[in-house]
Amino acid sequence: MALINLRVNGQEHRVDVDPETPLLFVLTDVLGLRGPRFGCGLAQCGACTVIRNGQTIRSCVTAVNEIGTDEITTLDGLGTPEHPHPIQQAFIDEGAAQCGYCLSGVILTAKVTLDAKPNATDKEIREAMDGIICRCFAHTRMMRAIRKYAEEKKHAHS
Amino acid sequence: MLTANPSRRDFLKGTGALVVSFSAFSTGAELFAQGQFGTRESNVDPKKLDSWIAINADGTVTAHTGKCDFGQGMFTAQTQLVAEELCVLIERVKLLQCDTEITPDQGTTSGSQSSPVNFNTENLAQAAATAREALVAMAADKLGLPAEQLSVAGGIVTAKSGQHVSYEELIGDKKFNLQMSKEAKRRPHKDWVVLGKPVAALERPELMTGHFEFVQYVKAPGMVHGRVVRPPAMGAKLVHVDESSVRDVAGMVKVVVRKDFVGVVAETQYAAVQAAQKLKIEWMLGPAMPEQATFFDYLQKQQGRDGLVIDSGDVDAEIAKANKVVRAKYTYAYQMHGSVGSSCAVADVKADSATIWSGTQSVYPTRSIASTMLEIPQEKIHVIFKRGSGCYGLNGADAVTLDAAVLSQECGRPVRLQFTRRDEMMWENLGSAMVIEHRAGLRTDGTIAAWDREDWAADRGGRPGYDQPGNLITGMLLGYEPAPLNPGPAKKPTGVLNNQSNTVPAYMTGCINGVCGGGGRVASERVLMHTILSPFFTGPLRSPLRIQNTFANECFMDELALAANADPLDFRLKHLGDERVRGVLKAAAEAAGWKSHPYTPRALPKKGKVTGRGISCVAYEGHNGYTGLVVDIELDLETGVVHPKRFFCAADSGPISNPDGLKNQVEGGLLQGMSRALGEQATWDDKGITSVDWVTLNSLHLDYEMPVIVTVLLNPSDVPATGAGEGSITAAPAAIGNAIFNATGVRMRTVPFTPERVLAELHKQSKTA
Repeated sequence: MALINLRVNGQEHRVDVDPETPLLFVLTDVLGLRGPRFGCGLAQCGACTVIRNGQTIRSCVTAVNEIGTDEITTLDGLGTPEHPHPIQQAFIDEGAAQCGYCLSGVILTAKVTLDAKPNATDKEIREAMDGIICRCFAHTRMMRAIRKYAEEKKHAHS
Repeated sequence: MLTANPSRRDFLKGTGALVVSFSAFSTGAELFAQGQFGTRESNVDPKKLDSWIAINADGTVTAHTGKCDFGQGMFTAQTQLVAEELCVLIERVKLLQCDTEITPDQGTTSGSQSSPVNFNTENLAQAAATAREALVAMAADKLGLPAEQLSVAGGIVTAKSGQHVSYEELIGDKKFNLQMSKEAKRRPHKDWVVLGKPVAALERPELMTGHFEFVQYVKAPGMVHGRVVRPPAMGAKLVHVDESSVRDVAGMVKVVVRKDFVGVVAETQYAAVQAAQKLKIEWMLGPAMPEQATFFDYLQKQQGRDGLVIDSGDVDAEIAKANKVVRAKYTYAYQMHGSVGSSCAVADVKADSATIWSGTQSVYPTRSIASTMLEIPQEKIHVIFKRGSGCYGLNGADAVTLDAAVLSQECGRPVRLQFTRRDEMMWENLGSAMVIEHRAGLRTDGTIAAWDREDWAADRGGRPGYDQPGNLITGMLLGYEPAPLNPGPAKKPTGVLNNQSNTVPAYMTGCINGVCGGGGRVASERVLMHTILSPFFTGPLRSPLRIQNTFANECFMDELALAANADPLDFRLKHLGDERVRGVLKAAAEAAGWKSHPYTPRALPKKGKVTGRGISCVAYEGHNGYTGLVVDIELDLETGVVHPKRFFCAADSGPISNPDGLKNQVEGGLLQGMSRALGEQATWDDKGITSVDWVTLNSLHLDYEMPVIVTVLLNPSDVPATGAGEGSITAAPAAIGNAIFNATGVRMRTVPFTPERVLAELHKQSKTA
């Protein structure tokens, strides 16, 4: 066990865990977050996605001691039910989910993609979503919500 | 009914009520023991209004339901139903779902049965209507006015004079002490203000912001973490566990061994993962699995339980007289639920009681099975539903629940258990592999004279129900046998046609002793089923057997249309009597701008892409929802890749409770059906299932360019509500298969239509051309 400092959703945490512990287990079991989820444990589905310094990572295969001082943002750190982030609002508006288990991968990957390239084409957005699995197949609504967020973002900047 | 169609599913559709049986293996005694919902007696009496509805001191309504939400929209739709019938704002309704201490036993939430069960004139709908009428009667009494002069809105009963009284003033926090009223009247469809409206799913804000409490996040005080260690092969037996191999894992709590069941418990999830990986176990392998490459032949050679669904007795004679005879054999691979989140449960088992949080579709049956396994009376076991990852049927949710309970009982502490991806996929109850053979004769006028159909379906275990722990991997490891298959010859069909597995094509009359339960016009008909013992566990996977059967039936219908030189839509309509099937078929065709003409072969270019259009329809389970579908595809002749571009789907599930929720189901069903049709199949080697992750199982990722979907929702108000979540998926593989033929002249008779298979068929065709 070792004491590790973590910056998650704008807050400092000190956790006492095996340093090899996957970040996902620390976020869910120690910090009690509900955004990142265990899907496959193999970095194949995206359910455990979190943002690390502006990039998405798969927290199920990232050891907590690799994070250092990097800022981690989770789906539940992005917004709240009362004050959703604009991309979350777009998903709410479009009803872009069924069970919703996969949403960390879907929403955070789309956000990071559009933050880096606000004018990303539909094809570019789609390609960024490779390796993300939604077994309810809410794909059509999800892409619509992402596009809606992209449009709003463009207008906000223009 | 049982003899008419020995079904492999866990319920039988009765006269609008759900009759839970344990598939065809039920004995008369079990059926007799069933209560109002076809379920067991419980502490929550479904005949009492207070079991369903309570008016709180502040006038809010608490309602109880045994039908839970896995993402299919039941939570919101049922909340709308209660708000509508009680005439209160939807915000004033709190719905509690699937909890053995609180909600009536409504069996399993599955099989397109929730809408028929709770949205017509019984159960939840009846309870809400009973409560409203009771409240109006109380108000009449209080105001000294006849009930006819009173109206209700916003939870307030008002007289024409303006006198009024609120629900909370009438009964707030007190019990109704009333029986459910069979005479209670539903509010008329034309007056609906909440029901029938596209209310946004109520959990959306929590869901989209990652604040929703999935079962994966339930935490019990003092909770530790488990992992199961499954055998390396189906049929393997435990020889020895070397507990010393995990002695050095920090935070180790216990190694659990019961018969062939092995698990570990540790203070943290990571320690449990490490212990599960390090634990040295000696297993003795069982017999090798039958080979995948020749499995369909194997299936057809086995002795099974035969069932004759219909038999007009003249099929052979009619086919012998026919102008043209068409034969075809279809096969459908084992497929998987493959939930994106691996299943999870939390169990707190004490010496003489237990509390279990589970994503199961069946809280009461799970309680019963847990009682058997734990040897704790079921009254002392509390099973609480918490949504897990979407299940699409019997995924790992039931097994993980029972596993967690065993681990907790062994270590004496609350245990959270989540499967690894491999645990989830290697041992799930697969969707059945099937072989379907068709033989039909055409008359000179191009109509179908006779249709003979025979199928072979792989079957082992399934839902455990209340009494069959061995239907799941957990039970098998603990030494329970799956429900016996009882091989034997078919009996003559009796009773009324039960087409719940869609074995009978919509074009047959479905007559048994003069009573015709089918919707079609082909009177010379025979449908024979063989249920064969599967080497792997099987169980309900969204549209169980129905998707396989509909694929074969609807593709063969196209083959018949071709043989009759007829347009596939016209040919279908010619043989369909059921107005609702005709309705969805025509609606889908109209949306697609269908142009009637027989298939004309064309020379295929050597490379590039070709396009095609296909059609299909289904009367789900015979009478439980209607779907018509047209699909346009593009096919790459060099790669064999099939790419659906547009779906036009018409759905009729009776009066719509929530058009947005229904649309979401139709869309998701189409795309899931497409993914299953194009590439999903379970694979195995001599030891067991090898499609155990997202590299080995081919689910379409989010980067796939999805087809445009046009949905047409029919909304008849004068018929009962039917199932709504499984129609579109059922129709999808057949429509895509028919579109492939339309594009290329190549008939794909095996699902999935992998690029390799498409290329192989194209190659065969070019050789014979």
